[in-house]
Amino acid sequence: MNSSTESAPLDAGATRIGQRFKACRDEGRAALVGYLTAFDPDREGSLARIFAACEAGLDVLELGVPFSDPAADGPTIQEAMGRALAAGATLEGSLEIAAAVRERFDLPVVLFGYANPLLRREPADLCQSLVAAGVDGLLVVDLPPEHCGILRDPARAAGLDWIGLCAPTSTEARIGRVLEVTTGFVYAVSLTGVTGTKLDVTDPGLHAQLAALRERAGIPVAVGFGVRDAQQVHALAGHADGVIVGSALVEAGKAGPEALAAKIRELAAGLAR
Amino acid sequence: MSAPSPSGAPPLLADFGEFGGRYVAETLMPAVEELAREWPKAWADPDFQDSYRTILRDYVGRPTALTEAPRLAKSVGAAQLLLKREDLCHTGAHKINNCIGQVLLAKRLGKTRIIAETGAGQHGVATATACAYFGLPCVVYMGAEDVARQALNVVRMRLLGTEVRPVHSGSATLKDAINGALRDWVANVRDTHYVIGSVMGPDPYPLMVRELQRVIGEEAREQALSKFGALPDAVVACVGGGSNAMGIFTAFVGDPSVELIGVEATGEGIASGRHAATMAEGALGVYHGMRSLVLQSVDGQLQEAHSISAGLDYPGIGPEHAHLRATGRARYLGVGDTEALEAMELLARTEGIIPALETSHALAALPRIAGELRAKLGRDPVIMVNLSGRGDKDMHTVMKVRDQGAEAMVGEGMLP
Repeated sequence: MNSSTESAPLDAGATRIGQRFKACRDEGRAALVGYLTAFDPDREGSLARIFAACEAGLDVLELGVPFSDPAADGPTIQEAMGRALAAGATLEGSLEIAAAVRERFDLPVVLFGYANPLLRREPADLCQSLVAAGVDGLLVVDLPPEHCGILRDPARAAGLDWIGLCAPTSTEARIGRVLEVTTGFVYAVSLTGVTGTKLDVTDPGLHAQLAALRERAGIPVAVGFGVRDAQQVHALAGHADGVIVGSALVEAGKAGPEALAAKIRELAAGLAR
Repeated sequence: MSAPSPSGAPPLLADFGEFGGRYVAETLMPAVEELAREWPKAWADPDFQDSYRTILRDYVGRPTALTEAPRLAKSVGAAQLLLKREDLCHTGAHKINNCIGQVLLAKRLGKTRIIAETGAGQHGVATATACAYFGLPCVVYMGAEDVARQALNVVRMRLLGTEVRPVHSGSATLKDAINGALRDWVANVRDTHYVIGSVMGPDPYPLMVRELQRVIGEEAREQALSKFGALPDAVVACVGGGSNAMGIFTAFVGDPSVELIGVEATGEGIASGRHAATMAEGALGVYHGMRSLVLQSVDGQLQEAHSISAGLDYPGIGPEHAHLRATGRARYLGVGDTEALEAMELLARTEGIIPALETSHALAALPRIAGELRAKLGRDPVIMVNLSGRGDKDMHTVMKVRDQGAEAMVGEGMLP
């Protein structure tokens, strides 16, 4: 699975991300991966929400770094990023939030973002900062395998996992290219669309796509985009190693940390296979 | 340098040094790769070329004229001024050249739906026109600010049967319209072709749009040689994303005696922060599927651009322009809102041609360019300008800032 450009090959299973997926598998359930935007609605408010989500049973935190032009995201996450930027969000501030999470919790943290704000920093230096903040992996939606080396190589050298995405439109050849650069877990995009789009979890095409990917990946497969409730989580839990929820958490979080925690507990109830 | 392509991936078609690339979400990559595979085949196919050239001749009205502008030449200090009359194209600007080619390609690829972004509305009108011509459904994304500024073009698009979707996110201008179109494309990529309107976006778009616009410079170069027996000393064009400039520059890139000069919009002045001067103030970034210069904060957030001309109101620039400047083959100047308005009036009064506000930026730079060339050459220069579009669409803006009496009369229903 490891690409030839890698300077320090890691056993994916030994990272915090690998261990958490293994622990969930041992419990006979899928992992719950939750996306929240740093600084939404502001620094303190997002800390309170993220802490509440971690306490309520999140297995992996996907922490979004706000970007002005999130072209792969639907309205819910766009608006969250807009609120965050209006509240003064920066990459540095987002890393401070990650560090605060790491101080209190042991769950893996994946930093989600768009390339431009991340590439404002010198890549190796940025990856050192991510490690120092307790981040475990990086997911950059607009750095496909063809262009990811600029950030992935230093990330891998620093011991970070690089989370690649496979889409329903990905060809066999492209899936191979994505898997070549992916460690930790692979993000299976459930639908052809942006985040938060309505998803049909009973679609046999989706089940077949997930089965083929799990067969091939050799690392955990987590499925996301459009997952909103416990029934959907449950319907997907048997088809993937993890279920990713984003827009629905961001929406729940609008009503405050308690509402978000309740939503996490509701979703977690669907994880058992 | 170009990113290496892992085995099996179609290589980047364009080599623009450190600029360009395919920075899109995985969902779009297969469609972008399909374009990279199919575009070169289509462009090399005599049947495709024949269809494209025939439509440009019989429908768009090509070749467009190369008009001498003696009264303007005198006014700006040039020996001769040559205007490449893209304003005479069907729909009023060069944009249609690209749209005809891309919709023709979309049909060849079996796509059944077209989407586009638009700023000033010219690209939206051109795409709507091409879709009406070919009988394909079309959705155009337009920033809500621009919908208000360019109401006339919204009406034109709707009349042509296109659905105009206002985009309210971000600054509600061109960059946000591009994001809106990208989101639509992600959701509908299997049956939809995205007609990008400038030399920007993921590879192969910057190259493909340049190839579809290079007819401008090819005609102009041939016309200059056959009518006047010489090439101009400089070719000048306004630059937003940069398609009309690449369209006219490309034929002259191999002529070292011809200076290539792009003119970007400095809006209310660079110091004001309200400008679209990407070349002067931008930094290298990754956005809208490419790596190029872009106006951004120190934190890497894209900034809102400003120009009186909606078509130049874009914080980025096509990667080939960044490359042409990096290699020293082209240079770029800035012109503000007020100068552009003055140049619009100057061309109207000296030559009886009302240019688009975008184009007016190129015209406003002429006295400066003529002076620099005179100092360099020791004689009055011959300058060619790409007159990329006509100004009909800008009359509302002109009324607001220059002719407030007329604006009031329209408001009171005294003018039609």
